[in-house]
Amino acid sequence: MAVKARRAWMGLGLLAIAGAVTLLIAGGLKENVVFFLTPSELEAKGASVYDRPVRLGGQVVPESKTWDAQTRDLRFMVTDGTVEIPVHSVGAPPAMFEEGIGVVVEGRLGSDGVFQSDNVMVKHSNEYKPPHEDKTPAKMFESLVEREE
Amino acid sequence: MLSAIGTGVTIAALLGAVFVVITGMLGGFRQSESLARLARGGVYFVLVCMTIAMITMETALLTHDFSVDYVSHVGSRETPSYYTAISLWSSLDGSILFWGWILAAYAALVAFVNRHRNERLMPFVNATMMLVGVFFFGLMVGPASPFGLVSPAPANGPGPNPLLQNHPLMGLHPPMLYFGYVGLTVPFAFSIAALLSGKLDDSWIRATRRWTIAPWAFLSVGIVAGAWWSYEVLGWGGYWAWDPVENASFLPWLTATAFLHSVMVQERRGMMKTWNLSLVIGTFLLTLFGTFLTRSGILDSVHAFTEGVIGPIFLAFIAFLAVTSLALIAWRSDRLHAPGSLDGVVSRESAFIMNNLLFAAFTFTVLLGTTFPLVVEAFNGQRISVGPPYFNMVTAPLGLALLFLMGVGPALPWRRTSAENMKRVFWLPVAIGLGVFVIAWVAGIRRVYPLVTFAFAGFVMTTIFEEFRKGVRARQRISGTGPVQALGQLLRRSHRRYGGYIVHAGIVVIVVALSISAAWRFEREATLDVGERLQIGDYGVQLERVWGDQEPQRFVVGSSFSIWDGDRQIGTMEPRMNYYPASEQPIATPAVRSNPREDLYLTLMAFDNQQGAYATVRAIVNPGVPWLWVGGMIIAIGAVLSILPGPKRTRPTNVMTLHEQLEEPEPAPEELEAVPA
Repeated sequence: MAVKARRAWMGLGLLAIAGAVTLLIAGGLKENVVFFLTPSELEAKGASVYDRPVRLGGQVVPESKTWDAQTRDLRFMVTDGTVEIPVHSVGAPPAMFEEGIGVVVEGRLGSDGVFQSDNVMVKHSNEYKPPHEDKTPAKMFESLVEREE
Repeated sequence: MLSAIGTGVTIAALLGAVFVVITGMLGGFRQSESLARLARGGVYFVLVCMTIAMITMETALLTHDFSVDYVSHVGSRETPSYYTAISLWSSLDGSILFWGWILAAYAALVAFVNRHRNERLMPFVNATMMLVGVFFFGLMVGPASPFGLVSPAPANGPGPNPLLQNHPLMGLHPPMLYFGYVGLTVPFAFSIAALLSGKLDDSWIRATRRWTIAPWAFLSVGIVAGAWWSYEVLGWGGYWAWDPVENASFLPWLTATAFLHSVMVQERRGMMKTWNLSLVIGTFLLTLFGTFLTRSGILDSVHAFTEGVIGPIFLAFIAFLAVTSLALIAWRSDRLHAPGSLDGVVSRESAFIMNNLLFAAFTFTVLLGTTFPLVVEAFNGQRISVGPPYFNMVTAPLGLALLFLMGVGPALPWRRTSAENMKRVFWLPVAIGLGVFVIAWVAGIRRVYPLVTFAFAGFVMTTIFEEFRKGVRARQRISGTGPVQALGQLLRRSHRRYGGYIVHAGIVVIVVALSISAAWRFEREATLDVGERLQIGDYGVQLERVWGDQEPQRFVVGSSFSIWDGDRQIGTMEPRMNYYPASEQPIATPAVRSNPREDLYLTLMAFDNQQGAYATVRAIVNPGVPWLWVGGMIIAIGAVLSILPGPKRTRPTNVMTLHEQLEEPEPAPEELEAVPA
């Protein structure tokens, strides 16, 4: 084969691969970009984000949490101060989950207006604050230690 | 006291590094022997300073000298000594100190090994290594000073980041990554030296061969150890989440791997000179970029545990090096013309070119996915993230193509091949690959990715095996020894080549394990009362009790489970939650039970914090995962084999043609190098 023909073949092959990869990347990005939204933004987007993956960030509304240990059914409201969005997920809440704490929930907004989450994450600051004196784990879980005797 | 010593020696190291940059550059351009010697001496001096700095910091940590700034941030009297010793790399300032020491050690070792060699390159190499040194030592003297004096000294400190003191692998994962990251400065320094000196023949590439494979091996082990750590500590049952910081360690690995292959094309065929320079420089820039991502706090991720002024400085340094390197390549472009050209479309060099193209695409995919959210946020303020599905979807086909090439490349001859030869070489591997496919199909596997992965794996493993078989046979013919001895000789004489094949085998093991665990992992989560049992796969998981325990440095809430196979108890497992005083959030500590087939992985999710009457547990059956770690070890063994010094020998110069006539595997380039010119 002449040098030119070989070059042409290689060039064509490279071009084909580059094209395929570009298509893959574009398709992958289009489908898998996850928007990070506040409750207000989520409400504003409304139907356009039904069934699209979303990360919703906000605070857990006080006294909105219901958690059933047996069915592992977790419901709570997330707010940014203006809008409250009901969240439902199945699974134990993360260890630090408490009312008023900042959370990021991953999931999709259903057409019923309930955010179906498959991952609830507590947003904790990187600044370490020692827990309040009577909220140390040793105090909180005292009864568990005694059980060991 | 310790604070003063530490500050003193870091300033001395900085001055020493500046001295080396000046003398090295001058010595290189003027080709002055005496200046070059001064630069070399300066490198040794810097290593001495940095070693004292390291010892000082370790002493401060282990003696709990809280008057040293860094110790007051990461030390505590309750932390066990092991974690105190390794807390050197548990935060930014200590990491940079450790980084600086490794850099100084590499620089001194390179200078020493090459003290009578590569005279044209070495002054520039020393200067470039120490230019990077100036940056890191400068950080230590300025914004990331670990040795600052705290007065009055606090009586105790908060201890290291809880995530980083929860598992012994923390003693392995970061140092391995650092040895890899920093080691890649060496080939970078040689490439810059080649550009500066204009000595752009293969000497820089030959001089850096081991200096690339060794960091590559460290990086590989570091990445696998990181995956293992994440698996053992983070409690989600996975080992790779395409977290930006994981990607940061993976990106330079990809380009370094590409370089290890393309460099062979330059050695054998004189092609791809500019490409190789770009790969080495790009790899080094990616290590800096990775450090930037990890340390600047720009990303919200478990690893990014610091924030500060470091970010912009890093970016500026990266930009400076990128622009300078590009300018150097442009300046020397007249000397970068490739003498060789492609002879055949089907040949080993075209397989390598394909390999490099795929690695480049892989790198681009990961880099794009990692930085896309940053770019979007910078442009329109919209916060987004790119999830693992993107990475899996795009990289899986690229990975499979690379896996396939791994079976093709080594079996193809250089330059060109004939259809006849192709048939002879590939009929068995192809047959076995197809056989594996059929067996998997009959076994009921219908998923595309596992089927293709298994078939390719069978294909690749067979070519690797065939290479070994052919090599052993040829050696037996030459030396007349038994197969075992012949194998030993083969591994000793052509260690680079066969070490490489062992690395390939390790990669195949990992890819197969990845594919199995991705396809057949399953999990169940349940709240169990004491005495209640959860059935998952073949395992019965029964809650025995929930307990609490105050340990010196942490409070532990543990749960004890008995594990049942039908009516037979086969073990106990104790997933826990560790509460460290420095953190409001407990660190889940999963329990893992491994056998050659799979892992049973238990995470304690929630518990009855009054009576301990029930607990919520997530149980995961993770098939194939233990083989990931085995694959990592195989890679390490292969890499070590390929950098071990080969036997010294003297042979006639036409040895290569002789080999080709005998159809013995070609000699590894080490052998060629040993031949007197």
